[in-house]
Amino acid sequence: MNASGLASSMDIEGELTIYRAAELRASLQAALAGLTGVDGLELNLAAVTDMDSAGVQLLMATKQSARAAGRELRLVGHSPAVLEVFETLDLAAHFGDSLLMPAAPR
Amino acid sequence: MNLDLALQTFIVEGRELLDEMEAALLRVADEAEPAESINAIFRAAHTIKGSAGLFGLDGVVAFTHVVESLLDEVREGAIVLSEPLIELLLACSDHIGTLIDAVDAGQPALDPQVEEAGAALLVRLRDHLAAKTGTLALPASAAGEAAFEPAFERSAAAGDGAEHWHLSLRFGPDVLRNGMDPLSFIRYLATLGSIERIVTLHDAVPALELLDPEACCLGFEIAFKSTADKATIENVFEFVIDDCKLRIVPPYSRIAEYIDLIGQLSEEPSRLGDILVRCGSVTAHELDAALRTQQQAQPAPLIGCILAGQGTVAPQVVEAALAKQKQVKDVKAQESQSVRVDADKLDRLINLVGELIIAAAGANLIARRLRNVELQECNSTLSDLVEEVRDSALQLRMVKIGATFGRFKRVVHDVARELGKDVELHVSGEDTELDKTVVEKIGDPLMHLVRNAMDHGIDAPDVRAARGKPAQGTVALNAYHDSGSIVIEVSDDGGGLNREKILAKAVERGLVEAGRNLSDAEIYGLIFEPGFSTADQVTNLSGRGVGMDVVKRNITALRGSVAITSEPGHGTTVTVRLPLTLAIINGFQVGVGKSVFVVPLDMVDECVEFSAEPGHDYTDLRGQALPFIRLRELFEVADAASARQNIVVVKHAGQRFGLVVDTLMGEAQTVIKPLSKMFAQVKGISGSSILGSGDVALILDVPSLVQQAIDSTSQHAVDWSARRAALAN
Repeated sequence: MNASGLASSMDIEGELTIYRAAELRASLQAALAGLTGVDGLELNLAAVTDMDSAGVQLLMATKQSARAAGRELRLVGHSPAVLEVFETLDLAAHFGDSLLMPAAPR
Repeated sequence: MNLDLALQTFIVEGRELLDEMEAALLRVADEAEPAESINAIFRAAHTIKGSAGLFGLDGVVAFTHVVESLLDEVREGAIVLSEPLIELLLACSDHIGTLIDAVDAGQPALDPQVEEAGAALLVRLRDHLAAKTGTLALPASAAGEAAFEPAFERSAAAGDGAEHWHLSLRFGPDVLRNGMDPLSFIRYLATLGSIERIVTLHDAVPALELLDPEACCLGFEIAFKSTADKATIENVFEFVIDDCKLRIVPPYSRIAEYIDLIGQLSEEPSRLGDILVRCGSVTAHELDAALRTQQQAQPAPLIGCILAGQGTVAPQVVEAALAKQKQVKDVKAQESQSVRVDADKLDRLINLVGELIIAAAGANLIARRLRNVELQECNSTLSDLVEEVRDSALQLRMVKIGATFGRFKRVVHDVARELGKDVELHVSGEDTELDKTVVEKIGDPLMHLVRNAMDHGIDAPDVRAARGKPAQGTVALNAYHDSGSIVIEVSDDGGGLNREKILAKAVERGLVEAGRNLSDAEIYGLIFEPGFSTADQVTNLSGRGVGMDVVKRNITALRGSVAITSEPGHGTTVTVRLPLTLAIINGFQVGVGKSVFVVPLDMVDECVEFSAEPGHDYTDLRGQALPFIRLRELFEVADAASARQNIVVVKHAGQRFGLVVDTLMGEAQTVIKPLSKMFAQVKGISGSSILGSGDVALILDVPSLVQQAIDSTSQHAVDWSARRAALAN
């Protein structure tokens, strides 16, 4: 975990799906619990290769928990897989993070 | 889900709506204030389209949609409802009827002919639309192709919802665990059309600590634009349908349906309202307006007001709830006004009532034999009640003839155009009631009579002018009750029957001998003989010599009779007499020897003691000659005549004659049992009935007896005139 500005940051790599949902929940919970003195948690999704509804829920729950604790969840570096899901379900507004569209979709 | 049952309801309702549409179309031209009729026409088309959409009947939707668009323009006043347009709309209503028939018959594909006819109608519809608005102009060829493309482009009419499907999805917790991903369903859905808007509902997603990462808590509200039908859309979710709540609101649904949707879902209504607005399914204004009007229509219950006032419930919640309540109430009120009952069930009831009458008659007989006064009194009360039950049971089957008459407006309208004659239909006595089975069977014979009246009866315009009649011909339908029967008259103000022509034709056909003296009535009656037609020209309406004899046969099969009167140059009237009911009648029992006969009580005028000069077939009734028939001779009853005989004076079609019988046994309810085929040819008997004692009584067919009496007297007259002529020589 690297401190970057006021938020601590965490990378999610590989699948953000049902298969790893339990495992990711545990680490996200730990990450939130480990926040001290900083404003929020920054999730770097650049290395996410695959995402499903379970992943969406997980991010939503994390955001909710963070907000309940008065913190901020920021999603950065959305990978193409994440962007596709966000677009399909029109989630950009919900998470409120700025999205960087890839210059040339693969 | 039992779609078949719902589909049946759609078919029945669709036909009713088409009837209403037709009736409105036919009256709209004559109305000073046609707004209401135009609305009725529009409503019919709109409702049929909406319901057809629910069942994914694309053909019906596509066609009705264009009709509706045109009607919308008419309603707005952009297009004038002219005579040719009414014509076109009538044809369209027929076509929709054909489409519904095809659905009813379960035909997957339409007849190419029907399809062609539909395409041709669409071209004409579009022409009308294009001519007035100038925006929808399509080249004729393209219009034909576009005809069956379910195109839904159209500016939403006031009060209508958006032009996309609205899907409400709530996935159950097990979806993910079962290896299904809501995302993939939505991706698949997107291949069927375009997802206009999607709102992902995260309300059910708990905080991270409480989250079961493998349980699905997501819901979606989707605005989906597609030409797919409801079933196809539903099929997208086939694999998860048990695990998810799916609600689909079709395009152009009423706002009320969205409000309904709000009511069905568990989320907070105001939020759902917002979501619907965000999906563009309804506009905020529409939602407000709909909620407001619905609330105005319903005096707000106090509790609702208080709750809203205290701020515990959002006002919209109360309003939606009230609206929902009111809708339920409205539906209930409508349902309680009339009940649809299977005809079979009614028939069974009538049968049972029939058996009840027979049983009661048996009990009555025994009570009288036992001379037990108490039992007799009891039985008499019972009989009264049974009689009332009978009357109300029969009343259930009674329908007004107005609906049947109403159908002829269209027939006259169409036939008049076909013949190039200007003919108006006058209808009276629409409220006259008769048995449903009779109504169903009288339609075809009446149709023949009406067509005949128009084709043969009403004279050509130039002839009419020469005779000093108004240019517009009149065909009149009239109905009234007369001594136990219903009389239906079909009359025209045309040229009347040509006595000489009929006679010549009859002689030519060998129906009568040349030079015989025949009364007018007898000559006119000849046109009911098989293979008889006086029309010089065979048109495609009538004149082929089938018709009048079939009409007579059909009417006779209903125990009815048909007569014709005509005044040369002034018109013809065909009078059809039918029994009011086919099941149970009030009978008058008479005895001849040991046999019992039943005369329908409505036809009995009076009873007098028998007195006649020996050998005469008539008696003196208060100074008038009354012909009579000796039942003993007619039915060859073997027993010797009793010392005192009676005459039952019966009346039918304005004629009176007597029946000579031994004993008068009085009034009794009579359940008519049809005669078996073997006895169907027996003249003078219309049916049988079972008496309380278990014996069989024969029911006299008074109309045919009248005919026999007249025939025999006129035969006498002919004999007499022949004899006199011989003497003179």
